[in-house]
Amino acid sequence: MIKFDNVTKRYDRGREALSNVSLEIDTGELVFLTGRSGAGKSTLLKLIGLLERPTRGQVLIDGLNIGRLPARRIPRHRRQIGMVFQDHKLLEDRSVFENIALPMIIAGYSQRDIRARVRAALEHVGLLNREKNTPSQLSTGEQQRIGIARAVVARPKLLIADEPTGNLDPELSLDIMNLFQRFNQVGVTMLIATHDLGLLKQLGGRCIVLEDGKIESHENSSI
Amino acid sequence: MAFIKNYFLRHAQNCIGSLGNMTRQPFGSAMTIAVIGIALAMPSGLNVLVRNGQAVAGGWEGIRDFSVYLKPGSALDNASELQDRVLQLEVVESARVISAEQALADLQSDAGFSEVLAALDDNPLPHAVVIRPRPDATPEALQEFHDDLVGMAAVDLVKLDTAWLERLNALLELTRRGVWIAAILLVGAVIVIIGNTIRLDIQNRRAQIEVSKLLGASDGFVRRPFLYTGFWYGALGAVFALLLLSVSLWLLSGPAGRLVELYGGGFQPIGVDQTTAAMMIGGGLLAGLGGAWMAVARHLSVIQPTV
Repeated sequence: MIKFDNVTKRYDRGREALSNVSLEIDTGELVFLTGRSGAGKSTLLKLIGLLERPTRGQVLIDGLNIGRLPARRIPRHRRQIGMVFQDHKLLEDRSVFENIALPMIIAGYSQRDIRARVRAALEHVGLLNREKNTPSQLSTGEQQRIGIARAVVARPKLLIADEPTGNLDPELSLDIMNLFQRFNQVGVTMLIATHDLGLLKQLGGRCIVLEDGKIESHENSSI
Repeated sequence: MAFIKNYFLRHAQNCIGSLGNMTRQPFGSAMTIAVIGIALAMPSGLNVLVRNGQAVAGGWEGIRDFSVYLKPGSALDNASELQDRVLQLEVVESARVISAEQALADLQSDAGFSEVLAALDDNPLPHAVVIRPRPDATPEALQEFHDDLVGMAAVDLVKLDTAWLERLNALLELTRRGVWIAAILLVGAVIVIIGNTIRLDIQNRRAQIEVSKLLGASDGFVRRPFLYTGFWYGALGAVFALLLLSVSLWLLSGPAGRLVELYGGGFQPIGVDQTTAAMMIGGGLLAGLGGAWMAVARHLSVIQPTV
């Protein structure tokens, strides 16, 4: 589903964030991306979400070279991907319900579909009773679960998450990761960046290690 | 089918939603609407005044009387003779003799002149004939008639006093042009005001725009609420302008009525007609959408999501 073919990303200041990265992720896989800060994890995810474009090489999603996608096609591409961020990027002046509904409103779903699916997503993350609250009335862990509900509500085929547990304690982190695993089990392809090696040891699964913009190793430590 | 329904539903939601957003800052929104209203009311009000002026001047258009003054010392018979002669001409509708005595009496009734006239030994005024040409007389015929009158032995001076009317018309035309220029400038000002208001709105909702773009919102989706906001500012500003104009004209209606009476009620004052109202609403909407579009084109594309 995702294929990086000798991808290099150089930012304006001249530093190479990614150097000749090649990798492949199949449909339905759950893959962790790890490495120190600055190793290129975020850059790799940004290339998938088209927040950045590759300097060299090809990023293919379902065989489509998205590096060449014209700007006007970017919105449609992003609608097919769920994104979860470390700071969850929820809108503070909107209710939990409205936050989760936003991707569906953008995609043009009907009111009835939106209500049904937002409730279902809230149920999945265990926060059904919080739909009228604003994000600031929730704990950090709950906010991140809302962020995940928003990422999956429009049923993307691919979900990418950048340090989704970066601000959470170990117990809550495991909680969040288990939530991802459950969504993966229903068929969503997932690429999750985290520097929390202890957490990865607990979870197992395929793991890509980045260092200085290069792939250091592919590990497959299934439990 | 459902897609089309959703499309219109979303537009309706945006349309109402933008209005709802404006009511969240009632004072600021009201101020903006007031400024737009005043800016639109000024040229429209001037336009109504100028059109009334033109209507009044138009009522005087037919009055092109010749005043023919006879040489001093001419007899009153000369005047009557002239009257009889011109009445036979085709271009003449009527002719009236004003004797020197009558003219003096008229002047004496005018307070300011009576003392001056009392100081004179003789009546200094000549006999005169006031000739009214037919309204359908061509300018060439009138010119020829004028030259004939000047050439007559007894005639001292012929005055065709339309110069002041021409000056008034020129002045009104100048004012009319001025009103158009003012209208264009003020609509330009409205565009700038709305553009700036929308720009601030965009800045205040930066987070929302960024997140929407992250979630795959198209430019159209992000643009739409701001365009509707511009639409509302323009529409409400125009309605406020109409209200201002109606109140202003109502305040002027008393004195204007007296003025009309003084002119014998010969002319009907022009108020805010449908054309003016339509132009104000149209101008408001155009400026609203234009200003919003400018702000959106300039500032929205700059906001790109960063993670």
